[in-house]
Parts: sequence; structure tokens; C-alpha cells
Amino acid sequence: MAKRPIRITQYAILFIAFMMIFLALSIVSAQGPAPTDDEVNKIAKKLYCPVCENTPLDVCPTEACRQWREQIREMLSEGKTEDEIIDFFAVTYGERSTGDPRDKLKAYLIPVVAILLGAALLVSALKAWKKPIVTESTPPTREAKQVHQDEYIAKMEEELKKRK
Amino acid sequence: MIANFGFGILLITFFVTVYSAVTASVSNPKGLALFFRGIPTRRTRLIADWLEKRDHPQQSAALVESARRAMLLVWPLLTLASGLLIYLLINNHFEVQFVYEVTSRSMPTYLKVTAWWGGQAGSLLFWSWLMSAFASLVTLRKWDRDREFLPWVILVLCVTLAFFIGMTVFFENPFAQLYQTPAGVDAFLIQPADGILFTPEDGRGLNPLLRHPGMIIHPPMLYLGFVSFVVPFAFAIAALITGRTDDRWIRITRRWTLWAWLFLTLGLVLGGRWAYDVLGWGGYWGWDPVEIAAFMPWLTGTAFLHSVMIQEKRGMLKHWNMLLIILTYDLVIFGTFLTRSGVLSSVHAFAQSAIGPLFFGYIVVTFVVSVGLIIYRWGSLRSETEMTSLLSREALFLFNNLLFMSILVVCFWGVIYPLTSELFTGSKVTVGPAYYERANGPLFATLMFLMGIAPLSAWGHSTMKTLGRAIWKPTIGAVVVTAIVFATYTRNVYAIIGFFLVALVILVTLYEYWRGARARQKSQSENIFTALWNLTGRDRRRYGGYIIHLSMMLMAIGILGIELFQVETQGTLEVNEQASIGGYDVVYEDIARFIGPDGREVTRAVLGVYQDGAYLGELNPRIDYYFDAQQQMTIPGQRSTMKDDLYVLLVSWEPASATGATFKIFVNPLVNWLWMGSLLFLFGIVIAAWPDKDPERVAVPAGKQIRQASAAD
Repeated sequence: MAKRPIRITQYAILFIAFMMIFLALSIVSAQGPAPTDDEVNKIAKKLYCPVCENTPLDVCPTEACRQWREQIREMLSEGKTEDEIIDFFAVTYGERSTGDPRDKLKAYLIPVVAILLGAALLVSALKAWKKPIVTESTPPTREAKQVHQDEYIAKMEEELKKRK
Repeated sequence: MIANFGFGILLITFFVTVYSAVTASVSNPKGLALFFRGIPTRRTRLIADWLEKRDHPQQSAALVESARRAMLLVWPLLTLASGLLIYLLINNHFEVQFVYEVTSRSMPTYLKVTAWWGGQAGSLLFWSWLMSAFASLVTLRKWDRDREFLPWVILVLCVTLAFFIGMTVFFENPFAQLYQTPAGVDAFLIQPADGILFTPEDGRGLNPLLRHPGMIIHPPMLYLGFVSFVVPFAFAIAALITGRTDDRWIRITRRWTLWAWLFLTLGLVLGGRWAYDVLGWGGYWGWDPVEIAAFMPWLTGTAFLHSVMIQEKRGMLKHWNMLLIILTYDLVIFGTFLTRSGVLSSVHAFAQSAIGPLFFGYIVVTFVVSVGLIIYRWGSLRSETEMTSLLSREALFLFNNLLFMSILVVCFWGVIYPLTSELFTGSKVTVGPAYYERANGPLFATLMFLMGIAPLSAWGHSTMKTLGRAIWKPTIGAVVVTAIVFATYTRNVYAIIGFFLVALVILVTLYEYWRGARARQKSQSENIFTALWNLTGRDRRRYGGYIIHLSMMLMAIGILGIELFQVETQGTLEVNEQASIGGYDVVYEDIARFIGPDGREVTRAVLGVYQDGAYLGELNPRIDYYFDAQQQMTIPGQRSTMKDDLYVLLVSWEPASATGATFKIFVNPLVNWLWMGSLLFLFGIVIAAWPDKDPERVAVPAGKQIRQASAAD
């Protein structure tokens, strides 16, 4: 009878210890391993140093950029996705810190319109220039075909004769 | 004293240039009268009448000769000024502001000389010096047949020179000296009344990024490319003013354009190599605004080189060629402006000042005036013949021009988009590689396809049938090559498309050589090697051009390799620990920190490289810290083969730290094909641009004289 209360305490301590280990393990497993440099650089490559001139974040050697890379590492370990991290940088440090304009329509509309206009101009110019060659309705004779095949060689020979 | 002398020389040179420009412009009142008569207003008619009354041929000739001699004086004067600046740079005259800003006592002599183009003021003088050398070369050519162009060519060259020399004299003078005044130390061209000369103990030193040997040759090449494009522009303007708008100006400037293109291309490639070796980014091209600024005139210049052939062969596209050379000229100035204005953020913006608005104004004025001249001469620039087939060589060249212009539009918009965004929305943006690669990728691929089919199409007329008959053999070859690549190297769709196009262009080009050589073999009974040699020698422009196409494809292999297959990893290693990537094992063996001979602090790692257990060699990535400039450089350790480059960067290491050293390791597949392609390019362009014997100077039998002269045209 005297041993009974001690055994209950022992079980209680054992249970609490087990629960604490379980809790600790579940926290660790939820966090996962610390993000590698490669995972950090994969995102940093898509960002630009908010301070230095036109320098990608993954290669910028300044202390400020090292800290920003560490910030990416922390956000990755918090489970943030690539898009969330890029969005965070765009909101916090301005759109300048992302290497790709976020408003795609604004960024691509003008060049696309300009290229299409250029193409339309070229087509209309070609149509205006194009003079259809009058083709004979009769099929070419065998001699004519032979002449056509040897056209290149004949041209070459003619050129060579001229230059001799 | 020497600085004052240098300033005086620069001032005299400026006035000599202005004199030459003014004298050239007034030397030909009759020409000017013709120009004014073309504008149908009462006032211009009166001006034309007044000018015609003042036309005296002998006096005109004397004035042109005076302008020409004045222009010939510019180069010796600028050489003297440059020599004085180099003397000041080498001898540590830190009382001169420019010397103080770009050199320091610890710098070796060769770097003190190259510091000439390492800062704003010196590089403007360098630009002017090169430009004046080209101007002198132009005036020394034989002008008998083109006398009417001379005054206008002098005018354009001297206006350009006067702008740059004026910039140097009045805004960015490399001879300004430091004076101690009651208000502090400041730079003055003339000693202030209350100032005494101030000589700092040491200079600030050249930007470490510019201390690389690549910087000795890269800027001069780029500048040579820039300034030599001014010559064809000058002839184009002369043709517009004089109304001699046939293809004579193109024939005169064809080789100038080719050499300009050579220098610009080499400048770009060397810049890429410098970036690869110095910036420590693992790549050669970052779509940086300044890189694009040099790339844009290359695009218009390349389009021009192709499109002038249409004018020569078919008498078409005269307006377009004029516009292309004007665009190229203004993009050259725009490129120089971007580097110096400070309006754009760039890793290459080494020299910035407030001269931006002047550059901008100059670009606007020259563009408006030049385009105005095209409009004025619109009628005389009409095509002489008509397009007969959409598959003819000229039509395909036109599509090629459209693609070059499209790439230009993408690049130009990418460069100015941050400005427009900030101006209209207040939001600062960065346009990085993703935009350019996404937009330009399909355009480059189409361009490569055109390079594949255009050499097989004929001038004047081609049909699907004739083209198909010529292309089927190379196409089958390209499909076989692509299948081999698919089976043995990659299944990446973009890579497969890229390698197919590369194979197609290479095979078409080789096929063209083979067809030509076979034709010669038959007609001349030569062996295949002699036939190839003679074939190239007889039409250097065409076959040199084909070699350039081949070189571009070698470069494309390198670009495809690094863009699509680059792998990288970063990690911190303990001594004797290894990292593995792309089949290589890299073992960190040792590291040391010491002071280098020129005062920089060097942190140098030793890494052993292994592949399948076999030792391949040692790599030594390092970090150089320059105390004078308070800046560090990350120099990679590289092992290069035709298969790939192993490229290792030392990211960080602290002597007190027990965590080891951090390395970034890249494997860059096929990148050396890019550099090899540029060597072949050099060979091709030398063949294409090699001067023929001047037909006017060739002694020919009397009976053949008339025929020879006409052939020269």
C-alpha cells in the first residue's frame, strides 16, 4: 500500500517526459532541415540587391545583401514559398528588388505592339513592291529544267570568266 | 604647369575642330544653295540666291582644303594632350583631380596608363582621340571621285569631334587641378586668386573592377567600334546633303562599316569575357543596361550590313539604309550617354556626371536633323527595282532586318522601362534577364532559321521549289545531328530546337562552300582545296560572311550550353571536405591570406579537382581586397575544356572562424565554344573586310581600262 502513490508519480513523470519528447520531435519535424545555400540562392537569383546597382542578390558581396539572404533562409524555414518571399521583397523594398517587372502587360505591351506594327509595315511594303512574275502556262521543257538545274554552275562560271 | 599646358592644348584643339566644321560648311555655297532651293519657301529661295552669288570654285576648293588640314591637325594635338595626361598619370601627379581619382602609388605602371579610360574625363578624351585618328584616316583617302562629299564628311566628323572635345574641355576636363581655398579643396582649371595648389599624399586608385587585364583591351575595342561607325554616318549625311544618293556612299564605307562592326563585336565579346573573369557571377552576360547600350548599335549595324547589300545588288531600301546608319550613330552616342549620365543603374556605370542632358540634347538634335534630311531627299531615295518574290534573298534580308529591329525594340524598351515607370508611376523597377530572354529567345531562334535559308535563296527570285531543292540535304543532316543530340546529350525542348537550328546553319553554310568549290573544280580543273581557297579569295565578302555565320553558330552552342545546362551549388567546406557537382569532386585543401605586391589583400584558397577519382588539377579562387578603393573583387578559379568550365568562387572565409570556407561552384557546359566562335569570327571578318586592290590604282592594259573602271563601281 505504501508503494502505490510513488508508482503513480513515476508514471506521471514518465508520461510528461514522453509527451515533451513527442512535442519536441513534432516541432523539429514540422520545421524540417535548415534551408541550404542552394535553396536560398535559387530565390536570391530572382531578386536584385535593393541597395547596389543592378546586382543580383545571390552574387552581391555586401553585408546588407548577406543579411537579406539570411532573411530568405529564415522565411524558407518558416515554410514560406518562393512566390511569398518574392512578394515580401517587392512590398518591403519596392518592385526594384525583383528582376522581372510584375505588371507583365505594361512591360510587354509596347514591344509587342511595336514589333507587330513593324511586321505589318514590312508586309504592306512587300505587297506594294511585289511585282508578280509572268509565268508561262505551259510546263517547262526538259531542256529548260536542265538549264534551271545548272543555273548555279553557269552563274559561277560566268562570274569566273568575268574575273579571270 | 604640365596640366595647364594640357588644358591649353585641349582648348586649341576645340577651336581648331570648330574652325574646320565651320569652314567646311561655308566652303560650298553652291551646294548649300541647292539644299535651300529644295525647301519651297520664299525665305529659303532668297537664301539660295544669296549663296549662289557667293560661289567661287577656287575659293571653295581653298576653304575645303583649309578645313581638311585643320581636321588633320586634331589628331596630333589630341595625341599631345593624351601624352601629357599619361605622363601625369604615370608620375603620380595627384594635384590633378583626374589622376587623384583613378590612380594610386601602389598601382603598376600599365594600369596607370589604362586608367586613361578608367574615369569619365579621361575616357571622353580617349574617345575623341580615337575619333580624330579615324577622321584623319578618312581625309587621307583618295577623294578624286568623291570631291563633293569631302566638305560634308569633314563637317559631320568635326561636329561629332567638337561635341566630345567640348565636353572634355568645358565639363569633364582631365587637367583640372586641386586647389586649397578658404572654402575647402576643389578642382579648378585656372588657379583661383585665393587658392594654393593642393597635392594629396596618394590617389584613390582605379576601381578594382577595371584593374583586370581584360580592361586594357575591352574599352578600346568598344570605343573603336563606336567611333568607326561615325564614318559611314558622315558619308550618309554627305550623300543626303549633296543629293548623290546612289550607292556610292555605301561602296566607299563598306569596309569602314565592316571594321566598325568587327571592333564593336570584339568589344562586346571581350566585355563578356571580362565579366566572366571579374564580376564573379558565373556568367558572361547579365542583360545589364550598359551591356545593352553597346549591343543596340551592334544590332542596327548588323542589320545595316545586310541591308546595304540589297541596295548594292537591287537598288532598293535606300531610305531604310539611311535610317539604319542614323540609328546606329545615335545609338552609339546613346550608349556613351547611358554609361556616363547616371540616369540608369548599372554595374558598368563607372563614370557618371551631369553631362547627361547635353548628350541627350545632342542625340535629339542629330536625329531630328538627319531624319529631316531623309525626308528632304525622300524622292531621290526611291527604289530602282521592285520585289519579285517573298523568298528572294532581298525579301529574306528584309525579314532579317525586321528581326534585328524587333530585338532592338525589346532591348530599348527594357532599358528605358525603368525610367518611364518611375516617371509616370513613381515606381522604380528593375528589368532583368527574365524579360530579355523571354522576349528575345523566339526572335533569336527565327533569326537563326533565316541564317539557315537565306544563303540558299537567289537574288531577285526564289520559289519554294528551288529553295526546297537546295535545302533538303542540309535539313536531313541537321535532323540527324539533332537526333544524336537527343539520344546522347539532352531532351530539353529548347535545347533540341537550338541545336537543330545551329546544325542547320552550319550545314547550309558548309554546303554552300561545297557547291561553290565543286563548281570551280568542274570549270577550272582545280583540286578541292585550291578551289575552296580561290572561291573565298574571289568573293571574300560572301565567303567571309559565311565564316562569320559559322562563328555565330559556335557562339550559339556556347550560349545554349551555359543558358540551359548551367548547374551550381554553394556550401561551406571544412579542410579536406569535398563538394560534388556535374561529375566533378572538389576538395578544399588550404587557404591563405596575404598582402599582394600592389598593396591588395589576397585571400586565396587551394582546391583539388577530381573526376571519377582521377586528380585533374588545382584551382585557386580568391578574394582581392583593395584598401585604397575599399572594394573587393571575387576572382574565380577556372578549369576550362571544350565540354565545360568548372568555375569556383570563394564566397567567404574568416581566419577566426571555425566554420570553414564557403564556395560557390558552377559547371558551365560548352561555354568555351563561345570564345572559340569569337576567334573564328575575327578570322571571318578579316577575310570579308580585307582590302581589294584599288581598281583606280591597278595598272591595266589600255584596252581593258574602260571595263575595269566600270567593274569597280
